[in-house]
Amino acid sequence: MTATTTSPAASVGEVPSFDVTLRFRRFDPDAANPEPFWQEFTVTAHGTDRVLDAMHKVKWELDGTLTFRRSCAHGICGSDAMRINGRNRLACKTLLKDLDLSKPIVIEPIKGLPVVKDLVVDMEPFFASYREVMPFLIAQGNTPSKERRQSPEDRARYDDTTKCILCAACTTSCPVFWTDGQYFGPAAIVNAHRFIFDSRDEGAAQRLEVLNDKEGVWRCRTTFNCTDACPRGIEVTKAIAEVKRAMITRAF
Amino acid sequence: MPEAPAGTLYRGREGMWSWVAHRVTGFLIFFFLLVHVLDTSLVRVSPEAYNAVIGTYKNPIMGLGEAGLVAAVVFHALNGVRIILVDFWAKGVRYQRVMLWVVVGVFVVLMAGFLPVHLSHVFGGE
Repeated sequence: MTATTTSPAASVGEVPSFDVTLRFRRFDPDAANPEPFWQEFTVTAHGTDRVLDAMHKVKWELDGTLTFRRSCAHGICGSDAMRINGRNRLACKTLLKDLDLSKPIVIEPIKGLPVVKDLVVDMEPFFASYREVMPFLIAQGNTPSKERRQSPEDRARYDDTTKCILCAACTTSCPVFWTDGQYFGPAAIVNAHRFIFDSRDEGAAQRLEVLNDKEGVWRCRTTFNCTDACPRGIEVTKAIAEVKRAMITRAF
Repeated sequence: MPEAPAGTLYRGREGMWSWVAHRVTGFLIFFFLLVHVLDTSLVRVSPEAYNAVIGTYKNPIMGLGEAGLVAAVVFHALNGVRIILVDFWAKGVRYQRVMLWVVVGVFVVLMAGFLPVHLSHVFGGE
């Protein structure tokens, strides 16, 4: 830092701190009158903080009953997907400095799944769809005695969809999923894509059969909300379009 | 501070709002077609009844409705082509936003050609 030579007493590289207001949509199933309600908290945060840090501060210092999920807190486990200022984001990957702090940051549970408490939703319908596309390698024949070889080109074919962390940000950003919970949803299709386009996998026909359902890929209305919501930058709508095209080209 | 417990609207981007517009225009066109089939089938009842019904359409409110109908059909048709390209053209997904602005541009050009002519018929008399 060049500043140290001119003003050695100044605290070098001090991170600015400021007050942020968080506005939560809360729900307590054990309350006398279980109705969702809004509640605001103001905490002091640092310029390097993420939304999750501010939420921790609320939970640890102001109100321990605020309920949300998080595990790794570094964008890998996919536990803390929530609706931040109207868009699905991971709280641990959203920096406060990227948000408009002149207004309260609005935090709501992801949409379309039953709310258990505050920001915690029941993920079971989401994982049920995930299991239905058989997210595992299907290969015939004997157990191989050496690894299944794959060229870099074949690996690159489905590279994008291997990045999914199953946070449900995409599925719960989908207007079709909000109104029709039977729809498989973007995440299940992304994970089917990961195997359908894997040259070592032999279950593509079965998976396409599953997704050719009334509630399958054809429900996709290409709103691109999922692509925008994905914290891993997966081009979700593109993957769904590729599955749609595979269904047509492989059928004939 | 328990306030109105409504959730906020999801803040989707161009893709979501074009889908909303597509659905709204689709609904409008559907209801037009419903009425259209009914009034046209009146010809089979009697040509006089048909003429009487069609005659009631000749007023400024229906004229504006017709302008809205044309706008709905034009947008729905153009955006429909965009959706087909998004689904079945390999590069469609990448250019979806560009294609939406093309749709809006062509829509504006077509409506700019149509509206002055139509509105002068509606409000200018024969």
